[in-house]
Amino acid sequence: MTAAAEGEIAYRKARPGSKPLLQSETARGLALVSPPLLYALVLLVVPILVVIAHSFWTQNYLTIDRTFTLEQYRIALTEPIYRDLLLRSLFISFSVSVLTVALAYPIAYYISFRGGRYKSLWLFLITIPFWTSYLLRVMSWKVILGYNGVLNSGLLGLGIIDEPSTALLYNSSAVIITLTHAWAAFAILPIFVSLEKVDRTLIEAATDLGDGPIRSFLRVTLPLSMPGVISALLIVMIPTVGDYVTPKLVGGKDGVMISNAIQAQFGKALNWPLGAALSVTTMVVVTAMAAASVLLLKLAARRAR
Amino acid sequence: MKRLLERWLPAYAILYVIFLYLPVLLLPVFSINASAVPKFPLTGYTLKWYEELPRTQALLDAAWNSLVVGVASAMLATVLGICAARAITRYRFPGRGTAHGLIMAPLVLPEIIVAVSMLLVLLRLGLSLSLFTVVLGHILICIPYSVSVLTAAFEGFDASLEEASADLGETAWGTFRRVTLPMVAPAIISSLLVSFTISLDDFIIAFFLGGTDATLPIYIWGQLRFAAKLPSVLALGTLLLVGSFALLTIAEILRRRAERRTQAPGVSLA
Amino acid sequence: MIEIRNVTRSYGTFKALDDANLAIREGEFFSLLGPSGCGKTTLLRMIAGFDTPTGGSILVDGQPMDGIPANRRPTNMVFQSYAIFPHLNVEQNVAYGLKRMKLEAAEEKRRVEEALAMVSLAGLGKRGATELSGGQRQRVALARALVMRPKVLLLDEPLSALDKKLREQMQVELRRLQKAVGITFILVTHDQYEALAMSDRIAVMFGGKIAQVAAPKEIYQRPVNRQVADFLGGMNFIKAEIVDDAGTSIVVDTLGFGRVRTDKPAAYVKNGSAATIGIRPERLRVLWDDASARHEVAGTVVERHYFGEITHLVVEVPGMDKPLSVTETNDFGADDLPLGAPIRLGYDPDALVAMAD
Repeated sequence: MTAAAEGEIAYRKARPGSKPLLQSETARGLALVSPPLLYALVLLVVPILVVIAHSFWTQNYLTIDRTFTLEQYRIALTEPIYRDLLLRSLFISFSVSVLTVALAYPIAYYISFRGGRYKSLWLFLITIPFWTSYLLRVMSWKVILGYNGVLNSGLLGLGIIDEPSTALLYNSSAVIITLTHAWAAFAILPIFVSLEKVDRTLIEAATDLGDGPIRSFLRVTLPLSMPGVISALLIVMIPTVGDYVTPKLVGGKDGVMISNAIQAQFGKALNWPLGAALSVTTMVVVTAMAAASVLLLKLAARRAR
Repeated sequence: MKRLLERWLPAYAILYVIFLYLPVLLLPVFSINASAVPKFPLTGYTLKWYEELPRTQALLDAAWNSLVVGVASAMLATVLGICAARAITRYRFPGRGTAHGLIMAPLVLPEIIVAVSMLLVLLRLGLSLSLFTVVLGHILICIPYSVSVLTAAFEGFDASLEEASADLGETAWGTFRRVTLPMVAPAIISSLLVSFTISLDDFIIAFFLGGTDATLPIYIWGQLRFAAKLPSVLALGTLLLVGSFALLTIAEILRRRAERRTQAPGVSLA
Repeated sequence: MIEIRNVTRSYGTFKALDDANLAIREGEFFSLLGPSGCGKTTLLRMIAGFDTPTGGSILVDGQPMDGIPANRRPTNMVFQSYAIFPHLNVEQNVAYGLKRMKLEAAEEKRRVEEALAMVSLAGLGKRGATELSGGQRQRVALARALVMRPKVLLLDEPLSALDKKLREQMQVELRRLQKAVGITFILVTHDQYEALAMSDRIAVMFGGKIAQVAAPKEIYQRPVNRQVADFLGGMNFIKAEIVDDAGTSIVVDTLGFGRVRTDKPAAYVKNGSAATIGIRPERLRVLWDDASARHEVAGTVVERHYFGEITHLVVEVPGMDKPLSVTETNDFGADDLPLGAPIRLGYDPDALVAMAD
């Protein structure tokens, strides 16, 4: 019966109603969605368009010259300082996202396949640290990695090192470690969700057809959980490229990222067009990198079959 | 392979949880440490860093600001979130996917981009930066979370319950009040709590759009410059941690209660 | 009582319901029967007001329902999922619709208790909605709708979520309840036995069209076409040639059954001289030993399927293009008939019906 009843419901939903119902349903849906949508349009889309517009203009001390120019992009892409910052930001966000996803996958797998009735407790446990103040978490890493920090004092106390190491803090690795920690929950959740959707009988079928555990994982579980891996990668990669707090607190000179430069242009330097061009460039480049990573992953997944 | 998996996976899971919690748990540990420098070995137990907190006027101001901003952002984001979640789960209309994508977009944008874009427009419009502009920004970044929490609740909601209400003579508004609202109430509260927590923790938006009004994270940021202030910042952080933890636990309990409610036996036919 | 006049419901070019016409009588137990996607649920939802016809109109008690929303129609519905409000207890569920009538507290209480007693749930009023079994949920849904004293009660596959035993018990109870309250019931189902067991009349639907409207016995014994015959149970279809077509009956020459005169169904559509004659498998009886019948066919058993109280036999008859299906009770040993055994089958010529393809 269920199949029969669902069949009818399914087609009722799949085909939007014709005239009278269509109008009322469309009108109601649009009316209801318009407050949040307008909010997003006015406070997100319009501002981003304004930023894009600014990126083609020039700052003249306190006024802005609105003649179209690509000068800001030339500066953003060729000036060594910005180019290096951008490349470092991309390197950091790429490393962080790959590292986060790689570390998160086994956990998501463990919770999904071995979590049993403690699944939701595990998920709760994993998301809690993520909800505690980001600023404070970055600060604790500073406390851990610092010259007089926990790690150094601990290692000294254990006699493993003779004097505090300065290599721990104020560099790109410190930024990468801190960000990997900060974004862990974001990576685990989407992977977990997609692993939950993997029909367990498919794995049994693969085993039944002669695949060992590794082969059935590579040929069934991994490809089917790929959507989760991809969204985890994106959800970490894109926001981290513009992180401001972490490089500022634990990055030192070697860990400065593009957002610190963007902030400077909108703050002290007061060069909005350059700040805008840096912002747009960052968005475009990170999107391209994300797209390339997704493509690569999909190709790899296809090869694995 | 199988044996390896059975043995190492749980060990890895535990190590991972330690990695997640260790930095967070260091805050309370050093906040009751007598030494002003956070390092091992610990030098003794003290509550003096906590005692300083209520005597700092700037901190109290920042806390009040954070409370006001958090409550306002949470309420407005949740109202807008209800509209969006309801429209997306209940109605089919052209551009539904695009609208959903746009509303969720702040989730996958670097926060600094959101902040500077808004900053640019606000300055262009000649609006002065204040707690109000921070609220505007916080609503924007809270909506996606609110929508995810509420969409889950609305999706688990059997549409025939509302039809049954109409069938029994109730009006559209009456149905919303007597059936829909009581059933998604836990999700609404959960959305309020999550949004409040995000607003309370946010640094970037408050940093760019706050002008001279400081919220708690801005206050903490200012204190981080002074090494001597670190222990009291740790104490403050510990209090925030406990507060967030309490709020989120409540949110989680409510969310589960909502889930149990909307997925009552018999409703799930499939 | 309820009139469906030329009602059409189309989604773009697809017609979920195509020009349906029906007149449902007061106090009748009426079923809409058909496979999934035949339009029966669409029709029911349009009567309730959850869907709007794209053409035609629906009248309840002579009142056109066009533009009247579901909450102001004199109809109430038992939903397939029962739609019991999970945040309310049994009593509050049943009283849900009464609250809007602003009855006196005592009157409201009396009506709720009366409704609960009617569905044998007296005393369970304080029970939470999530603590009910499937059968109890179904009863609450019934009580909640009946307490409104609707002119028409609409039931959307109300028994489909129950297990077989409970379903059969509820069929009897629903029928009894309907006779007791005298309200018109319209039931949507895809289960032919359910429709046959409960209804006064049945409308059989296929592909958005109403194929036949008649009492259960008529529908079962005199289906208008092969599709209806097939949907309601097994049927042997026999090719035939029309010899004489006059008045209310026709005479045909059949393969295997010789020359037969049968009633002509009202909706019979003549298709040249070819015709189809049908006979239900249980209307063919095995003739044991030297028993004889006025009408018989002879053949050979080629398959035998055991079903407990009955056995299905497949019998090849010389001169027929297809073997016959026969259902025989097991009291004379039909389950022991050897394959290849010669067999004679007796039948009543009245059991042969002519139908459209």
